[in-house]
Amino acid sequence: MTVLLDIAEVSKRFPVTGGPGLLARFRRRLSGGPENLPKVYAVDDVSFSIDKGETVGLVGESGCGKSTLVRALTRLLDVSYGSIKLGTRELSLKAARVFARDRDRARIQMVFQDAGESVNPRFTAFAAIADPLRRLRKLRGKALRERVETVAAQCGLPLQLLTRFPHQLSGGQRARVGIARAIAVKPELLVLDEPTAALDVSVQVVILQLLQRLKTEFGMSYLFVSHDLSVVRLICDRVLVMYLGKIVESGPAAEVFEHPLHPYTQALVAAVPRLHEGRDERLRLAGEPRSPIDPDPNVCRFYGRCPRGADACKTTMPALRQFGARHVACHFAEEFLPPLRTAS
Amino acid sequence: MTAAPALTVEGLSVEFRTRTGIVRALENVSFAVDKGETIALVGESGSGKSVTAYAVMGILDPAGRVTAGRAMLGDLDLLAATPKQLAEVRGRKIAMIFQSPRTALNPIRPVGRQIADVLIRHGNVSRRDAPAQAVDMLRAVGITDPARRAKAYPFEMSGGMCQRVMIAIALAAKPSLLIADEPTTGLDVTTQAVIMDLINDLAKQLGMATIFITHDLALAGQRSARIVVMHAGHVVENAPTRDLFAEPRHPYTAELIAATPDAAASLGELAAIPGALPDLRRTDLPPCRYSERCPRKIAACAQALPHAAPGAAHFVACWNPLPVQTQVEQTMRGPTVSAA
Repeated sequence: MTVLLDIAEVSKRFPVTGGPGLLARFRRRLSGGPENLPKVYAVDDVSFSIDKGETVGLVGESGCGKSTLVRALTRLLDVSYGSIKLGTRELSLKAARVFARDRDRARIQMVFQDAGESVNPRFTAFAAIADPLRRLRKLRGKALRERVETVAAQCGLPLQLLTRFPHQLSGGQRARVGIARAIAVKPELLVLDEPTAALDVSVQVVILQLLQRLKTEFGMSYLFVSHDLSVVRLICDRVLVMYLGKIVESGPAAEVFEHPLHPYTQALVAAVPRLHEGRDERLRLAGEPRSPIDPDPNVCRFYGRCPRGADACKTTMPALRQFGARHVACHFAEEFLPPLRTAS
Repeated sequence: MTAAPALTVEGLSVEFRTRTGIVRALENVSFAVDKGETIALVGESGSGKSVTAYAVMGILDPAGRVTAGRAMLGDLDLLAATPKQLAEVRGRKIAMIFQSPRTALNPIRPVGRQIADVLIRHGNVSRRDAPAQAVDMLRAVGITDPARRAKAYPFEMSGGMCQRVMIAIALAAKPSLLIADEPTTGLDVTTQAVIMDLINDLAKQLGMATIFITHDLALAGQRSARIVVMHAGHVVENAPTRDLFAEPRHPYTAELIAATPDAAASLGELAAIPGALPDLRRTDLPPCRYSERCPRKIAACAQALPHAAPGAAHFVACWNPLPVQTQVEQTMRGPTVSAA
């Protein structure tokens, strides 16, 4: 497998400016420069890679830095530290504003959450799909029309709907517009941010199957961001679990959901409602997450909410350690390893 | 059934007048919830779950009109009650938890005062005692440092905490019936589990009947004793949770279960539901609003649907339901109400 996207030690920190007020401005002045301000560690030292044709899931609760990470690697946001490599090209050196006009812009595209909100309400479906083609592929006239119609057909969007505005389309049709817009410029990496969160189950199935078909047809790689674990389990090859800016567990999706090693992943998996089982009462996370502002580098981010937490968690930040195909950042991951299957 | 029903809804029909025609949002909706019982209303968007709740609460949009039916809360018909009677009942006997807590709370009033308001209005608490009791309520819903949090505004709290505040407000006057309309939509799964535990536990403590509205069949299954499946303004199936999952009788219920990603081993195994909800403005809607999408359609589907008899254990609004497998129930197989 060739690596398509390689992310190494990426961090994104936002200074806490304290707002626009006069007092806040005075405080900022007193602190002596933006580097002295407290910072939100939105993404902290994250490394992973995505192979060609692979679907990687990114899960975690709201506020864990999923969106910041995604925006950093789609180059909509500049990173504070680290490298983002697409193929052989280093992308992190270019400012997001410059990258918007880069020739590689078309190689990473994104499907945003809830197409009803993310498609310009004053654009028809045609105009929405045509926009990236105009900007990035410089298509005009007949060529543009043909390309838009091809992509719409590939996404199962009837051509007579192309003249409609988003509010005249159903949820499923809007999702198709969002997908068509993203794949129109033939990206190699498609980032999907909760593509089915706004849809009913019956429509969700159709859209997921469409995404699966498009992936094999065009050989794209997917980064699938979601907090619906039952969907991630079905569509992803590998999964990354994020908690407060850090990746706490990664590995093949089936393994991670079958035998989660990190206590946070365990709580996440236990919280998913299941059709044919009763309530799983083993694990409940009490309390709120720790503050992401200037976190103590020596305390595990999950400490305080973690049911397994011990003294070691207060003094050393657990590093990601390898267990077969998986990586886990927990001092006690061994305890949760499934019993070794002895070959008979 | 041993316990008396806390709420009985019978033959509820609701219409909305719109510029483009009359939307028949609900037609002949019937169900009951016993004291201390939790039932779930499940369906896709547009199926009429929330409209049912709003009609019962008497907070329908002005364009909406109840055209038929009763909703009996004890001896009081909520649909025929005067505004004054309703104002007495709401908050005190029935309370509601809304979707998106952040928008349902008053953004410019500290949360402690919002709880105190309800206590003063409905809980027979004096103005002097209300703030302290509000803090107790916040503690009861599991908010840490409640005294300080009581002074916070909704925007200063996380989504999960706002939902806890909503629950505290809803339960302030110890109502006998709680309607929770998608209480965990937009919350993380871990928070969802905690919030649902909280609602379940408090309902048990107070002996409260709960109507839980959701589109998540798996969540409904975990949290309720009985599930009412709705489709396009009709109740299509109403059964104890275990029976519904083990042997769905209505074709729509079966398809809904097959479309839920949780149970499937692979994406290919998931079945999409063909077709879409019918346009409820149509004047020529068939008696069964699912019949145009239904794989099991027969000639009998053109006649009026069987209606739910109150007290039936397993109701299916279908003339050609899926067969039951078990021997015992085989004898009760039939198009109309089958009591399991």
